[in-house]
Amino acid sequence: MYEHDVLVVGAGGAGLRAAIAAHEAGADTAIVSKLHPVRSHTGAAEGGINAALQEGDDWELHAYDTMKGSDYLADAPAVETLAQDAPEDTMRLEHWGMPFSREEDGRVSQRPFGGLSYPRTTYAGAETGHHLLHTMYEQVVKRGIQVYDEWYVMNLATTDEEDPNDRQCEGIVAYDVQTGTVEGFKANQGVILATGGPGQAFDHTTNAVSCTGDGHAMAYRAGAPLEDMEFIQFHPTSLPSTGVLISEGVRGEGGILYNNEGERFMFEYGYANNSGELASRDVVARAELDEVAEGRGVKDEYVHLDMRHLGEERILDRLENILHLAEDFEGVDGLVEPMPVKPGQHYAMGGIEVDENGQTCIDGLYAAGECACVSVHGGNRLGGNALPELIVFGKRAGAHAAGDDLGEPEIRTGYGDDVEDDDTELPVAPGASGLDSADSVAADGGVAAETGTLEQAVERERARVDRLMDKDSGVQHAEIRAKLQNAMTDYVNVFRNEEGIEKALEIIRECREEYQDVYVDDPSTTFNTDLQQTIETRNLIDVAETIALGALVRNEFRGAHWRQENQVRDDENWLKHTLVSWDDGEPSIFYRPVILEGEEKTYEPKVRSY
Amino acid sequence: MSTQQQEPESQESPQDPEMKGTESPQQRRLKEKEEGMVDEHAEEEAEAAGETVHIKVFRYDPEVADKQEPRFDDFHVPFEKGMTVLDAVMYARDEFDSSLTFRHSCRQAVCGSDAFFVNGSQMLGCKTQLSELEQPVRIEPLPHQEVVKDLVVDMDHFYDQMHAVEPYFQDEDTPAASDLEEQRQSPENREKIKMSSRCIWCGACMSSCNIAAGDNEYLGPAAINKAYKFAMDDRESEEIKEHRLRILEQEHGVWRCQTQFSCTEVCPKDIPLTEHIQELKREAVKKNLKFW
Repeated sequence: MYEHDVLVVGAGGAGLRAAIAAHEAGADTAIVSKLHPVRSHTGAAEGGINAALQEGDDWELHAYDTMKGSDYLADAPAVETLAQDAPEDTMRLEHWGMPFSREEDGRVSQRPFGGLSYPRTTYAGAETGHHLLHTMYEQVVKRGIQVYDEWYVMNLATTDEEDPNDRQCEGIVAYDVQTGTVEGFKANQGVILATGGPGQAFDHTTNAVSCTGDGHAMAYRAGAPLEDMEFIQFHPTSLPSTGVLISEGVRGEGGILYNNEGERFMFEYGYANNSGELASRDVVARAELDEVAEGRGVKDEYVHLDMRHLGEERILDRLENILHLAEDFEGVDGLVEPMPVKPGQHYAMGGIEVDENGQTCIDGLYAAGECACVSVHGGNRLGGNALPELIVFGKRAGAHAAGDDLGEPEIRTGYGDDVEDDDTELPVAPGASGLDSADSVAADGGVAAETGTLEQAVERERARVDRLMDKDSGVQHAEIRAKLQNAMTDYVNVFRNEEGIEKALEIIRECREEYQDVYVDDPSTTFNTDLQQTIETRNLIDVAETIALGALVRNEFRGAHWRQENQVRDDENWLKHTLVSWDDGEPSIFYRPVILEGEEKTYEPKVRSY
Repeated sequence: MSTQQQEPESQESPQDPEMKGTESPQQRRLKEKEEGMVDEHAEEEAEAAGETVHIKVFRYDPEVADKQEPRFDDFHVPFEKGMTVLDAVMYARDEFDSSLTFRHSCRQAVCGSDAFFVNGSQMLGCKTQLSELEQPVRIEPLPHQEVVKDLVVDMDHFYDQMHAVEPYFQDEDTPAASDLEEQRQSPENREKIKMSSRCIWCGACMSSCNIAAGDNEYLGPAAINKAYKFAMDDRESEEIKEHRLRILEQEHGVWRCQTQFSCTEVCPKDIPLTEHIQELKREAVKKNLKFW
């Protein structure tokens, strides 16, 4: 048994920042991560950090752009917090030695990004995330914060009161990947989930293989609702073969999209007559797929992104990393030929419902970064807004968990008086979750009992590992995972309709049922990735289901969520967040109104044109 | 062993005729795929053509009886244009043997977890094209590091050396939140440290270094490069630079390097490691620090 004041699960941008903040606030803090911190997916972020740093720009403009970009589904208190804190937190990184790109006068450079009214994206080449991750890990090393790396967190230890709002998180149960030991970690003050995105629910994604929605699934099963999960961002420029990301920075610097006839289609076909390639990501992603569907795609699959005209010097200065990616993964020299690109799953706007201080409805349980939904991105995240989210809300979650007084949050969490129930008959039964039978290999335990919670949770997870290891025939996780990923990519992608989503839910249910029969072939307790991936696959099933359910009930077109049956934004009925919570092994849906009232003004929904 | 069949899903027509007008591009393509109008996946084509890649993968597990004696397993993986070494081992794991163990995550050469010893050289699995390698492709764990299992090596010593150079920015006093303005750095100075800042801690350089293999205390190319990044950054004071050089000129520091260039050769991020080490030697001489 290990014991700390604050436990941070995950060691990407949000986790490291949370740990630093908790440590600075005086808490004995430890990070538990399935990867060594420098392996985290934040390292793959390329573009930059939005922060109003220059004269002529201010946080209010940043907040306005973010509200508009979100298609008015972001909560204003969260957005204003982001915009207000981002400059200071970005400058803090500079003082920690982060190698930002520089102007002649030595100040940090900023560049334009899609959907921004001012060039406020601070960057370090086209490898901003790499530098941010390493800079923060350096600070963790400097402070001597304890890191348990290659420990896979399997579950939370929470009490079992009927109402999740009354529950308390006491710690976590983790599996030492190197030795196979299952141990409990007690958190005296709080557990912060910073486990990143759930991109592996999709087949074609820019996300790392490790992005399996572990934090989402653990919080969800413990009773914290998942919010706005239907809003999945598809990045318009990923490489067709692998899903590797080509930064929006390319378009920010002036890169142009062409179809197979050499037409600059963003203008030619009127997809975004003002902003062209720099329209919001959802607009560009749909335009690309439309081009391919109209027969104007290259090899009937992708479009071209051209940066040759920017000149070698500028490309090498600001986008050098992109040249390497295009060369290594597609065999294309970006200096002499255009790069092939197509939309790929990129980011989950939704996540674990939290307030501005990172708190979920469960006492002592926090979430920050991509796994959380504050919500600052609403229906669509603007490029350059993910990294400030990590540092701003990572820091706040860490500080709050460690006892800093950040004031009363304006955003409410959990089921309460201000929510609206959903009376939709769900067309597809969720399928056996494995919760009702303790003997099932699919059993994940759910919430623990009131007394001796952590010890009980440890025993339960040990039993779960034993069951998975003892079974010697059945289905392997890779088969279920592939089936799930294909279903999501086929039916819950950029374009969606009711029939397709229902089809996806049916397949997800099949995956659940097959999972009852899953087994781990590798008998070893040393670095058993087979076992780890089997548990991750269970998490992906739960998360994929919430994405599909959200997409099914939200019958409107907002941000990244396009619905064939209703291709208009329906402000009258849908200025509200979708929440999915896990009640007795079944998902249930409710809604909470979006908060458009900011500190001094109300953000009136307008048509989102670019 | 499970063999996953790629059966085309049997489907009833997914489209309501009156919805045709608003059919999305993705649905149209999906329908075409379901009706077999779109070319089958290139992988299946390759499979049909019988084109496979022969990989020989190092296997070892201290716990499993038949893997306690290290051996090589042969896999024949269907070849697809653009396929990398990592793609091949992932295919072998997912389709043939789920116990095959290796680290990997981002598959875009930035997380640094999948450095392997491929056909006798250190490289990242994810950025190495199979088509460029001679067959059979021999895939082994990084040499000079203890093997935990299959392709997974113990990285603790590597991390210890990285930490030994005080790998964090050391400014005199961090300003208060209220007057937080950036430190100035010239674009030239930023350019000077740029290459050194690209290190992804994959360990390829350390594994390729003969000196590190013979001297366990040698800081090694990665850690020295990390120190170079800070030492050459004008934002840190001269005093701190001197402190850094003192760490580097110790007995098992920069002077151990015999400029064999193997680290520079294998670095997947093209960092001129040997050059950086030489430059630090020159700096140490300039500062009149002793050398061994």
